[in-house]
Amino acid sequence: MDWTKSNALHIGTLVVLFALFFILPAYHVGAFSRIMVLAIYAIGFNLLFGYTGLLSLGHAMFFAAGMYGFGLSMNLGGLSVLPAFLIGVGAAGLLALGAGYLALRTIGVAFMIVTLMFAQTFYLVILYYGEYTRGDEGFIIQQTQRQIAGIDLTTETARYFTAFILFAVCFLAMARLVQRPFGKRLIAIRENEERARMLGYDVARLKLAALVVSGLFSGVAGAAYALLFGYVGASFASVQYSIFPLLWVLLGGAGTTVGPLIGVIFMFYLIDISSGVTNAYMLVAGLALVLLTLFAPQGLAGTLRKRALPWLP
Amino acid sequence: MDFGPHLMLASLEGAVISAILVLTAMGLSIVFGVMRVVNVAHGEFFMLGAVFAWAVTTMISGHAALGFVAALIIVPVLVGAIAAGVDQLILKRIDYDVDRTIVATIGVLYIVQQSTLMLYGPEARPVEPPFNLRLALPWFEFGENGFQMIWPWGLSVTTYKLFVIGAAIVVLGALWLVLTRTKIGLVMRATQQDRDMAQAFGVPVGQVYSLVFGLGAGLAALGAVLVVPIQQAHYLMGGDPLLLAFIVVIIGGLGSLPGTVIAALLIGMSDGIISVFFSPTLAKIIATFLVAMVLVFRPQGLMGRVAA
Repeated sequence: MDWTKSNALHIGTLVVLFALFFILPAYHVGAFSRIMVLAIYAIGFNLLFGYTGLLSLGHAMFFAAGMYGFGLSMNLGGLSVLPAFLIGVGAAGLLALGAGYLALRTIGVAFMIVTLMFAQTFYLVILYYGEYTRGDEGFIIQQTQRQIAGIDLTTETARYFTAFILFAVCFLAMARLVQRPFGKRLIAIRENEERARMLGYDVARLKLAALVVSGLFSGVAGAAYALLFGYVGASFASVQYSIFPLLWVLLGGAGTTVGPLIGVIFMFYLIDISSGVTNAYMLVAGLALVLLTLFAPQGLAGTLRKRALPWLP
Repeated sequence: MDFGPHLMLASLEGAVISAILVLTAMGLSIVFGVMRVVNVAHGEFFMLGAVFAWAVTTMISGHAALGFVAALIIVPVLVGAIAAGVDQLILKRIDYDVDRTIVATIGVLYIVQQSTLMLYGPEARPVEPPFNLRLALPWFEFGENGFQMIWPWGLSVTTYKLFVIGAAIVVLGALWLVLTRTKIGLVMRATQQDRDMAQAFGVPVGQVYSLVFGLGAGLAALGAVLVVPIQQAHYLMGGDPLLLAFIVVIIGGLGSLPGTVIAALLIGMSDGIISVFFSPTLAKIIATFLVAMVLVFRPQGLMGRVAA
C-alpha cells in the first residue's frame, strides 16, 4: 500500500516538473533547469547525510571533480559531450573512493574536518594549476561544443529537458535504491552503527559504497552544470558549495526522497528574492540554517512525515 | 641579504603569525575542550574584533595609542558578550548536540559575516599602530677579522611587531593563571572533566558554558585587535584564521591546551618561513593535506589522549 503511494508521489513529482515547462514563464523555466541540476547534487548528498548519517563538509570536491573532469576533457582533450561526461562522473567517483578510503577511518567531528580539508586541498590545487583551470576566473565551454548528436543543448527547451531527464533518472534511481536492502542497511548504520556491525553487516564497506554513490551523483550534477550552463569555475569547489547541499537537504528534509528537491526550490527562490533586495543575500542562508536547527531539525518533508504523512518515503 | 639574516627576518614574521594564531587557536581549543563544541563561527568573531577595533579607534580622537588601548579593552569584552548571547540564544536550545551545533554555527558565520558586509561595507580599512618605530637588527658572523657584528641592510623589525609577540605571551600567561589558580578556572576544569558531576556539585554549567564561549570569542577578538594595525579590517578576513586555528587545534590534539601552544608555534613559524621561500599556495596545499592526514592516522593529535 505504502509502496504504491510513494510510487505515485515520485511519478507525480516528475509529471509536475514536466508540466511546469509549459506553464511557467521563460525566466522560471531557466531557474528550474538550474534547480533540477542542483537537486541531483542534493540527492547525492542526502544518501550520505540523510540515510547513512555521515556529515561530509567537503562534497564540493565531488561536484567540482565532475565539473572539471567534464570541462577540461572537452576544452583541453577535445572530446565530445558523452565521453567527457563519463570522464567527469568517473573522476568524481574515483575521488570519492580515494577520499572515502582515508576519511572513513575517522568518525564524527574528525570526519567533518577531514572532508572539509580534503575539499580545501582540492580547491587550492585547482587554483595552483591556474594555467589549465584558469583559477577563480574559470573558463567557458563554447556553445558549438555543447551538443549531442546534433541537438544543441544551449536552447532553453533542450536545456530544460536534458536537466529533466537527468533528474528523473537520478531521482527514481535513488528512490529505488533506498527501498532496496542496500538502502535499509545504510539506515541501520545511521540508527545504530554498533548494532549494524553486530548483526554482521560490513559497515566499513557499506559506508564507503554510500560515499562513492553519493560522489557519483554529485559528479553527475557537476558535469551537467558545466554542460548546460557552459561555465566551469573554482568557486564551485569552495566551502560554500559544500555547505549548500547540507542546507538544501536540511531544509527539505534529510532522509526523504523528495526533501532534496523541495530544499533546493525553497532556497533557490529565497536567495533569488533576497538578492534583489540586498547584496548580502547569504544572510538569508545563515538565518535559515539557524532557524532550522532550532525549530525544524527534520526539514519540511521530515516534519510533514512526522506530523501527517507517516508513509512519506 | 645573505641566507642567515633572511631566515631571521622570516622567523620574526613567523613569530608574529604564531602570536596571533596562538590566541585565536586557544579560544577554539578552550571552547572545544570544555563544551565539546566545534565553533565554525570562530573566524567571524576574529573578524568582528578587527572591525570593532577599527570602529573604536575612529571614534576616539587624539593620539593613536589612546584609541588603541581603548579598543584593546572594549573590543574583546564586546565580542565575548555577543558570543555569550549566541550561546544562550542558539547553542543552549539545541543542547550542544555535535552535528546541530556545527550547522548552527555555520549559520551564525553567515549571519555575522553578511551583517558586517551590510553595515560596514566591502572595503578593507586600516588602523594606525600606536607606535611603529623601525629597529635595525644586528647580525653576527665570523669574517676575516674574526667575530664581528654587522648591520645588514633590510634586517629590521618594527616595535609594534615586537609588542604583538610580547602581548601574546602576557595574555597566555594570564590565561594560564586564571585556569589554574582561580575559582573560575577550577569551575571550568571541573565542567570539562565531567559535566554531570559538576552540575551535581552545584556548578552552574549553563553559565559556565556561556562564559567559556564568550572567553573563546574574546581571545579571537583580542588577537584581531592586535593584528589589525598590521593587516587591514575586512569582512572576509575570518576565513584564514579559522582554517589555521582548526589546523593548530587538531595538530595539538583536540582540547589539549599545551598541545595548542606548541602547534601554534610550529604552524606559525613554518607558515612564516615557508611563505618567504616558497609559493604560498603550494605551502597551503601541503599544510592542509598533511593536517587531514594527521587526523586520519593519529586522530588524537600530537598531544591528545586516546579515547577523548
